[in-house]
Amino acid sequence: MNTPAKTRIVGAPVARKEGVDKLTGRARYVDDMEREGMWYGATVRSTIPRGLIRSILFDRTVDWSEFAIVTAADVPGKNQIQMIVADQPCLADGMVNHCDEAILLLAHADKTKVRAAVDAVRVEYDPLPPVLTIEESERQKTVVWGKNNLLKSFLVKKGDVNGAWSRAAHVVEGEYRTGAQEHLYIENNGVIAECDAERGVTLWGSLQCPFYVHKSLMSVFDLPAEKVRVIQTETGGAFGGKEDYPSVIGSHAALLAMKSGHPVKMVYDRMEDLAATTKRHPSRVRHKTALDGEGRLLAMEIEVVTDGGAYSTLSSTVLSRATLHATGPYLCPNVRIRSRSWATNTVPYGAFRGFGAPQAIFAVERHMDEIAAAIGMDPVELRRRNFLRGGDTTATGQVMREPVILDRLLESALKESDYYAKRERFARENECSAVKRGMGISAFFHGSGFTGSGERYLNSLAGVDVTREGEVRVLVSSTEFGQGTNTVLTQIAAETLGIEYARLTMAPPDTKIVPNSGPTVASRTAMVVGRLIERASRQLLDVLRKDAGLGEQFSGEEFFAACERLRAKKGEVVSLCRYEAPPGIYWDDATYQGEAYPAFAWAVQVAQVAVDTTTYSAEVEEFWAVQEVGRVLHPVLAGGQIEGGVAQGIGYALYEKVQLANGHMANNQMTNYIMPTAEDVPPIHVYFEEMPYAHGGYGAKGLGELPHDGPAPAILNAIRDATGVSFHAIPLLPENLFERMAEKEPVAEGAAV
Amino acid sequence: MSTQWVAIQMQVNGERREVRVPPMKRLLDVLREDLHLTGTKEGCGEGECGSCSVQMNGELVNSCLVPVLQAADTAIETVEGLAHDGKLNPLQEAFLRCGGAQCGICTPGMLMAATHLLERNPQPSVAEIREGLAGNLCRCTGFIRIFESVVAAAAESRTREAPHAG
Repeated sequence: MNTPAKTRIVGAPVARKEGVDKLTGRARYVDDMEREGMWYGATVRSTIPRGLIRSILFDRTVDWSEFAIVTAADVPGKNQIQMIVADQPCLADGMVNHCDEAILLLAHADKTKVRAAVDAVRVEYDPLPPVLTIEESERQKTVVWGKNNLLKSFLVKKGDVNGAWSRAAHVVEGEYRTGAQEHLYIENNGVIAECDAERGVTLWGSLQCPFYVHKSLMSVFDLPAEKVRVIQTETGGAFGGKEDYPSVIGSHAALLAMKSGHPVKMVYDRMEDLAATTKRHPSRVRHKTALDGEGRLLAMEIEVVTDGGAYSTLSSTVLSRATLHATGPYLCPNVRIRSRSWATNTVPYGAFRGFGAPQAIFAVERHMDEIAAAIGMDPVELRRRNFLRGGDTTATGQVMREPVILDRLLESALKESDYYAKRERFARENECSAVKRGMGISAFFHGSGFTGSGERYLNSLAGVDVTREGEVRVLVSSTEFGQGTNTVLTQIAAETLGIEYARLTMAPPDTKIVPNSGPTVASRTAMVVGRLIERASRQLLDVLRKDAGLGEQFSGEEFFAACERLRAKKGEVVSLCRYEAPPGIYWDDATYQGEAYPAFAWAVQVAQVAVDTTTYSAEVEEFWAVQEVGRVLHPVLAGGQIEGGVAQGIGYALYEKVQLANGHMANNQMTNYIMPTAEDVPPIHVYFEEMPYAHGGYGAKGLGELPHDGPAPAILNAIRDATGVSFHAIPLLPENLFERMAEKEPVAEGAAV
Repeated sequence: MSTQWVAIQMQVNGERREVRVPPMKRLLDVLREDLHLTGTKEGCGEGECGSCSVQMNGELVNSCLVPVLQAADTAIETVEGLAHDGKLNPLQEAFLRCGGAQCGICTPGMLMAATHLLERNPQPSVAEIREGLAGNLCRCTGFIRIFESVVAAAAESRTREAPHAG
């Protein structure tokens, strides 16, 4: 088994690179910035889910000559947001397909005037019938997207599913649903744009993927690459919510800058951000599973369906990840997964931590407990009998070439949580208590990096350079939004170059300065980009030794002296590396067979839950998360990622409900969209088993998304353990508990009053 | 809006400041726009998230809910007042060491709430910390390392203030 190499800086809890700025209030988020002569932008949005725009009326009491006004007709290039499919208009043109769709933009020097002016614009519609649920979309009676409402579908086949049913000792079926989830980053979406004929478009913003926004701006403005510049500002949380949406708000602000001749700031307030920006895809997953007499999986037939919203945005790739995580971390000889994403007239759903995996894992991990109950087996034992192990083959035919240590993670989780003793004790105590306690488990994997051939297509470039001022800079478009990009990448460079962590800095996340190291998504930064930084740093050392007389052993001064000698010779000190796929990675997009991910991170989570049968509230009392994520590069940051992901997963399971009313988010405030607070989050115990991955930065695999995948099924499994009632949908609110449990307990009948 | 602008005086981080603003302008906006103290953040604008937390005469307030008129002649403390001579205070140091800040947007408000708590209760239990920070939302950390940061800062102040044995 691999053991971590001895390192000085990698693996050490060095201070977060931008930590002091964040702790002193000096960090500059986009709303903290101003530009000379800056105006403020605002958006007029649709109030119906689907219809034709008949007319746009301007209140005559407002002096509109003071305002810059932008409609679809003003777009100089293509009126499209460039995602996977360019079906989403930058501004609605004659028709709206969801509530809160942008129709018209306004800018003014006075922030309060522009907000008031939004209400002084009235849009008249000829409404069309909307499609608001997955089921309506599936029926295809009303077609609202393409020929048949189908945004994307996949089929994965392994073995012979049809032949398995007759041989099975048990066949268990179940249907599971998940709701939308809002990212609720504490900093709303926001940007500042400038536009002039000479320099083109410059955009500062709170965003994850500078080159995604760059691509959309080039298309909206019909400008060459060098005339568009995107700079990420300090970003106050993202979680996927700033992967695709900044292309929309960024285009809007830039159009207003073009029309007004002023820099334009657009920062959404909370209500607008909640109503208009993306959320996690709602899902419905159906399982039909065949098992033999010993509880071994014989066949899994899985139907995964997501609600994609009005435009396709990232629905195809989210569906892909849901499909590839649908079987969970289990070996099954016969599998058929059919997945579809359907269009509805709601705000497009988008990227959110986990990216389809939490939906798929909720279903399969809930289903495992239903199977266990149906065949009378311990849910832990059922999982253990079916775990994928080294050498096994997944549904896509991927052979597990790296060791898989799920058994070890499971044993550790059981021991640390005292799982069996607690289950037994709770079963005894629950008899005579209004508060019912239970223990629930989930086991899962999460593929690190882009799916299939994705990393090859991205073809990322990253590296390091050395400035004349004696700073080593990491050159990446990979962004920091809390998860620790700055710290981890500079740790890797400092480690490899053999210099002090303090001498390392991040080059500004500016498309004019840094190469395209790909988007900051998919748990790929530490593993894929980290590896590029490790290679580029090693390459720089080789060049310094070969061309600038750097010795085998060297001090910091000797390193920088050699850098200056190299600069004198070559004019610059820079080292870049391009992505190279690990050997043996093969993927076929047509058949959905092959190596779905270069590596998987693995986890087992345990939830201890208390259900109060007086108030019908469910509370997570304690939580254990045990995982293998390759090498842990920074113990404090890694632990923080796990805890934060678990907390979001708890919210997903028990608190966070997006209430749609005719396609508009009705609870678009922090007052009524409820996330876990300091008083709701239980103690979370985090354990890492380290298994360095040969092709990740210093052995790292992906870690950011993994922890969000497991809490919801673990919690609902614990609720089943506590109450004996199975719940199949999240969020699970007290009213849902009441509904089912009150009907289950006709106790009051005939009781003495 | 034809509101009369008024002159408002406040003590901000120990310095006397005067602004001419509409009296109903939010304290948050006066701090950020008129005094250029952008460390105080807006997260929700309705008093739910606590990102705009500052101290007003020693009370913890959501500055998005305070019309500046109400802050006239008060002493306001913001995140910018915590570090002295470029040196982080023990609470900030603890946040840095323990991983109490991730994206950083809730951090100024969280630091102000924790400061307020520790001033009243220098050795809080974890339950008291949870209660003291319940008005401040953090979406990144799951709060665990924020609690640890406050515990660490409290422990450090205990060490510093403990009389030398002997």
